[in-house]
Amino acid sequence: MAAEGGLPIHPMDQFIVKPLFGEGPVHWYTPTNATLWLMLAVAAVGLVMVIGTSRRAVVPGRSQSIAEVFYGFVHDMVEDVAGHAGIKYFPYVLTLFLFVFFANVLGLIPMSFSPTSQIATTVTLALLVFFGVTLIGLARKGVGFLSMFWVSSAPLALRPILAVIEVISYFIRPVSHSVRLAGAMLAGHAVLKVFAGFAAATVVAPLAFAGMVGIYALELLVAGVQAYVFTILTCVYLKDAVGDAHH
Amino acid sequence: MANQTTQVAGACVDQNGGALGLPQLCVDWLPNQIFWALVALVLIFVLLKVFAMPRIGSVLAERKGLITNDLAAAEELKQKARDAEAAYLKALADARAESARFIAQAKAEIQAQLDAATVKADAEIAARGAESERRIGEIRASALANVTEVAKDTAKELVLALGGTDAASVDAAVAARLKG
Repeated sequence: MAAEGGLPIHPMDQFIVKPLFGEGPVHWYTPTNATLWLMLAVAAVGLVMVIGTSRRAVVPGRSQSIAEVFYGFVHDMVEDVAGHAGIKYFPYVLTLFLFVFFANVLGLIPMSFSPTSQIATTVTLALLVFFGVTLIGLARKGVGFLSMFWVSSAPLALRPILAVIEVISYFIRPVSHSVRLAGAMLAGHAVLKVFAGFAAATVVAPLAFAGMVGIYALELLVAGVQAYVFTILTCVYLKDAVGDAHH
Repeated sequence: MANQTTQVAGACVDQNGGALGLPQLCVDWLPNQIFWALVALVLIFVLLKVFAMPRIGSVLAERKGLITNDLAAAEELKQKARDAEAAYLKALADARAESARFIAQAKAEIQAQLDAATVKADAEIAARGAESERRIGEIRASALANVTEVAKDTAKELVLALGGTDAASVDAAVAARLKG
């Protein structure tokens, strides 16, 4: 891809998974750059949510306020979207949100690796949600869970066709759920790298630099919004499993 | 694909360490990423479940309790303030009524005294008037008597001076004249 003597633009190199220590094949257990940045996300969660709340102050300080904002934000989201029955699954949703949020934000540090730009990571998350929601739905409603595919408000003749469409859309969910997040992160990081490459050329450097600043600001927004979108979709799916059937 | 470098780096990286195609789709790296993502998820879940959530939950519950209590206390104090205000207003109204009653009473007393004094003064004035009337009458009578006396004496002296002798007829003549 790199043209010899051309601009050093390798927008995809940042997504390469490398062993942290030395060279060698990447086994499933090998500590890699993905491992490093995932663990940094875990550390960030620990810092904000555990260390930040260690004072247990009734009148919160700065760090405790941040933790409470995350907690309250996701709690309200689960309650509003998935309904009261969904509160039971709030810890899982909060885990997902904080994982995606901190992986996204830490991925914006220059030279970092962002796990959420990897299809492997987001598919893992989306499949966890998909199987989790399906199992919760079957456990709570039994066969009645399948009635969500049978649109009882539609004319009888249309119902079989709608059922097929509903089933397809149900199984498409993890795909759109995961590709949306990974795609948004991948595109943003690749664009940043392209601009960074152009910044090496003196003539367009100011323009490229200004572009980077703008894209970076946009990416900060995207990091938050995609975490929010991923979480709220999780809540929407959860609603199918725990809420009253309404269609 | 069988040379030394690719064996070391894997099938998704070229000899220079650059990406071949989309690194996201490199099958060699999937198990590693899935494994570590699951590890991270479990760690975050444990951190939240064991430390963060009980802590934040209890703080939020405590705060909610405090706020509820404070609101109740504030409501109570407000009610007390309202009661105190009502009591104050009632006391004020009572005092006003009391003072109005006092004023009315005092006015009535003064009026009564005034009326009595007026009556007394009127009576005194009437009495003095009568007395004066009487004394004026006396004075007039005595003046009249004096005038009669003087007139008689004068007339007698005149008559004597002119050579008359009958004092009694002079008296009668003067008295008749004065009666007019």
